[in-house]
Amino acid sequence: MTLEPGTGPASQPALHRALGLSDDELDAIVARLGRRPNDLELAMFSVMWSEHCSYKSSKPLLRTLPTHGAGVVAGPGENAGVVSIGEGLAVAFKIESHNHPSAVEPYQGAATGVGGILRDIFAMGARPVAVLDALRFGDPTDTRTRHLVDGVVRGVGGYGNCVGVPTVGGELVFDRSYAGNPLVNVMAIGILEERHLTRAAAPGPGNLVILFGSATGRDGIGGASVLASATFADDDPSKRPSVQVGDPFAEKLLIEASLELIEAGLVEGLQDLGAAGITCGVSETADRAGTGIEVDLDAIPRREPDMAPFEVMISESQERMVAIVRPERYVEVAAICGRWGLARAVIGRVTADGDVTVMSEGRELARIPARALTSEAIVHDRLAAPPERRRQAPAPGAPIEAGALLPERGMDPGAVLLALLGSPNLASRRPVFEQYDSTVQANSVVRPGHGAAIVRIDGGGAGQPPRTPTRALVAATDGNAAIGAFDPWLGAAMSVAEATRNVSITGARPLGVTNCLNFGDPTKPDAFWQLQEAVRGLGDACRALGVPVTGGNVSLFNEAPGSRILPTPEIGVVGLLDDVERRAGPAFRADGDTVLLVGRATPGLGGSEYATLAGLAPEDGAPAIDLDLEARLQAFVRDAIARGLVASAQDVSSGGLGVALAEAAIWSGRGAILRLHVASSPAVDLFGESPSRIVLSARPDDVPALIGLAEAADLPVELLGTVGGERLVIELAGTGATGAAEERGSRVADSVDVAVRDLRHAWDGGLDRALGWRDAGSAAGYAGAGNAGAGAG
Amino acid sequence: MTRIGVVIFPGSNRDRDTLRAIELAGGEAVPLWHETASLEGSAAIVVPGGFAYGDYLRAGVIARFSPVMRAVGAFAERDGLVLGICNGFQVIAEAGLVPGALLRNRGLRFLGRDVHIAIERFDTPFTMLAGPRRPLRVPIAHGEGCYFADDVTLDALERDGQVLFRYVHDDGSVAGEAGDPDNPNGSLRAIAGVINAAGNVAGLMPHPECAVEALLGSDDGFGIIRSLVESAGAAEREGRAPRLAGSAA
Repeated sequence: MTLEPGTGPASQPALHRALGLSDDELDAIVARLGRRPNDLELAMFSVMWSEHCSYKSSKPLLRTLPTHGAGVVAGPGENAGVVSIGEGLAVAFKIESHNHPSAVEPYQGAATGVGGILRDIFAMGARPVAVLDALRFGDPTDTRTRHLVDGVVRGVGGYGNCVGVPTVGGELVFDRSYAGNPLVNVMAIGILEERHLTRAAAPGPGNLVILFGSATGRDGIGGASVLASATFADDDPSKRPSVQVGDPFAEKLLIEASLELIEAGLVEGLQDLGAAGITCGVSETADRAGTGIEVDLDAIPRREPDMAPFEVMISESQERMVAIVRPERYVEVAAICGRWGLARAVIGRVTADGDVTVMSEGRELARIPARALTSEAIVHDRLAAPPERRRQAPAPGAPIEAGALLPERGMDPGAVLLALLGSPNLASRRPVFEQYDSTVQANSVVRPGHGAAIVRIDGGGAGQPPRTPTRALVAATDGNAAIGAFDPWLGAAMSVAEATRNVSITGARPLGVTNCLNFGDPTKPDAFWQLQEAVRGLGDACRALGVPVTGGNVSLFNEAPGSRILPTPEIGVVGLLDDVERRAGPAFRADGDTVLLVGRATPGLGGSEYATLAGLAPEDGAPAIDLDLEARLQAFVRDAIARGLVASAQDVSSGGLGVALAEAAIWSGRGAILRLHVASSPAVDLFGESPSRIVLSARPDDVPALIGLAEAADLPVELLGTVGGERLVIELAGTGATGAAEERGSRVADSVDVAVRDLRHAWDGGLDRALGWRDAGSAAGYAGAGNAGAGAG
Repeated sequence: MTRIGVVIFPGSNRDRDTLRAIELAGGEAVPLWHETASLEGSAAIVVPGGFAYGDYLRAGVIARFSPVMRAVGAFAERDGLVLGICNGFQVIAEAGLVPGALLRNRGLRFLGRDVHIAIERFDTPFTMLAGPRRPLRVPIAHGEGCYFADDVTLDALERDGQVLFRYVHDDGSVAGEAGDPDNPNGSLRAIAGVINAAGNVAGLMPHPECAVEALLGSDDGFGIIRSLVESAGAAEREGRAPRLAGSAA
């Protein structure tokens, strides 16, 4: 693609199409400008009107989400959501995708995904305290998938480890639909003093626009439009120049310098430069303040000579920030940047005319109303149509015949449990997590991979004594794509339920939801329908659970030739634990404790790991969700933990009750003797993934109070048995129990009876086996040029 | 209160953790910016973890040339107490303050997890209050932590009691060299940390400063931090802490 210098009307009639703009979008641009755009202006529009920056397809849907809630001080539209947590502090958090860059160049794609989301956090004035990454890939035994997994994991680690923000959790899911289009969703969390909350706005005509951090190069030209907003062929080398290159060392300096500038009160506004580069940075900050910005193109430091104006304006070179500064404070700003060894330049000034103007050598190369690039970007009214097959599917929760298709007669539930524990989606994530630094900053209360992440906030330091009681943030990400594949409303609602439940079972109160909506091409009616339904499910669940949506990101066009990803609403939740000493974990605590199941399995094995193992099509019976029951369940468990009645609390989700119990046993090294009343069928009760169920353990003395509390909330409770021993024994009982034993004339099906040691062995080695990482010592080291992160932590 | 200096390079990332651990141990933690040649009256110095200057060439190789490290070198030469942790160990090894070198982990991957280490000597300024519990459970987080030296040096280190920390199994028995997951980086003779011949400079790869509170999973490292703070206080009281030209206090 070549562009003439930014003068005159568009030089090639079809240039807009080459830049990814449709004919009607060009018409809309002409209408907003009152004239034809020149080449530079067209390039600026093309990146700002990309789906990634403009939300032109999703905006009408996203407007329906509940965004207000207790303590929300910054919501969608800001760099990150911010919720007040009292004591003068607030938490900033957001999840964002870096899917397409990671498909093209996994190491740098993932690394810059971490870098980009961290900048969103510290641009708000918050110190990043945690990263979670939700990753999705194709079949783990596939060579190309292995290459992608290896690169992405190294990239997340290479960046996060160096920059000194602990990676505390996340997800790793394999499904064939992601083979050509992996998902890399990264969530970051930061803590700020509320008085330092900083907006990405450019108030005050006459103020200076300062660019600091790395110089601007040709990397990432058109990343937002070329990569993030179009489908693409697998491994297309022509897209590689669109991938940005990360420098975590520069980012670390940028964090420290930015926070120092904010604490010193030197910036009027701060914006990170990510997608669409300087064009985005200046147009968004100006539009938010109702001002304009005149950019002095010649003042922008470059990595290489002879860059065209459009390249400078839309480059996505990483580790750059734009600060809006009063002229009289410039000297102090420059001094702080200098101390951190960061280049800085005055690249423009705030104006009152509302336009983004690009000047070079005294000539005006471009002039566009800031709002035309951002808040008044085109919005498309896309067509939504459900796929045909949906009308044939039974209603969620319907007691359908799917169970009859399952190989449950004669199945050995213990063998099934071991197979599930060792399967790629349920096995321990240790081989991945241990490539990340999860302890830096010395606030990580739990190690990754054992339920929700818990990060202390009032630990003191720098002369500050620790606060008592000490509070903590609790965070989880969850995305149910398997259910979403045939019922996107349900998939999104279950994702919100699971992520908030994972936070609630620690005792923490969910503060807000951030979401990353990974979907297909929105110009295709069935793909847009999936998005529409998922947003509706997201909104319904958030309203029912009383949790606001504080921000997020939409990643569309996740299609490779011949395949579309499962619709994947990735939900990130942050909660607040008022006293970290009064928390519950998922592992059993003591022998003799009583094990209870709160909530009841509903029919429907569709979308479960068991169904996958059994070769069952996901359409054959989705579980149902009762959002009101879910809300009562979460309120109950928070209350019970606060009252000190709970020894352990474990969520029933992937792999069902059997896997939930096995994990509680593995993580504690304690067995249990349990008896499960089978209401539907052994498969449904043991391995079904219907939501709104929690496994609790409690001291026997506390059980009556616990049951009373559950019954007061109208929640079903079942006493399962007792913690103890070295084996997990689950006797299947009741009229619903069928199977080999029944055929022998007994009413009781075969039971699970497996040594905890064997459960651990199956669970711990599953991922290494699936990825062929058993011989990790011989894995080739990543030798990409310029990657920090080889060294220490 | 005894002042303990914590060196901060661009790219240090466990500096705040270290400052905090020193405060918990009763010391006054003093951040020392890499461009300063003054140690500001510190009675002991910690070189913390991170990626000093990005570790682009090789871990620790650039940091050793910084003004503050020249001052730390002079401080160490005059018997000042210096502890290097993780990247700090790499920096003081590059600077020749302790013997040996840290190579890439044998698995060629960054490793962040808990390990067990044993303290080989309790009569040093860094370990005197850390006994007799063994083994200690402390986190590691590094990509270049494989301790290496030639056999002659290793034999001498063993003979002279300069092996201060070793990776062990959870029962306290010494981990193997290669292929034993309890020796996470494949360090020769499972060496996790060493002390110099004079006994005033030590380095280790694991992070005792991130294991100072039971809430965070382990407080097994606190004894090491307390030992340092107490030793520095004693050195100060007895007038053994070196004073460098240009030092404050």
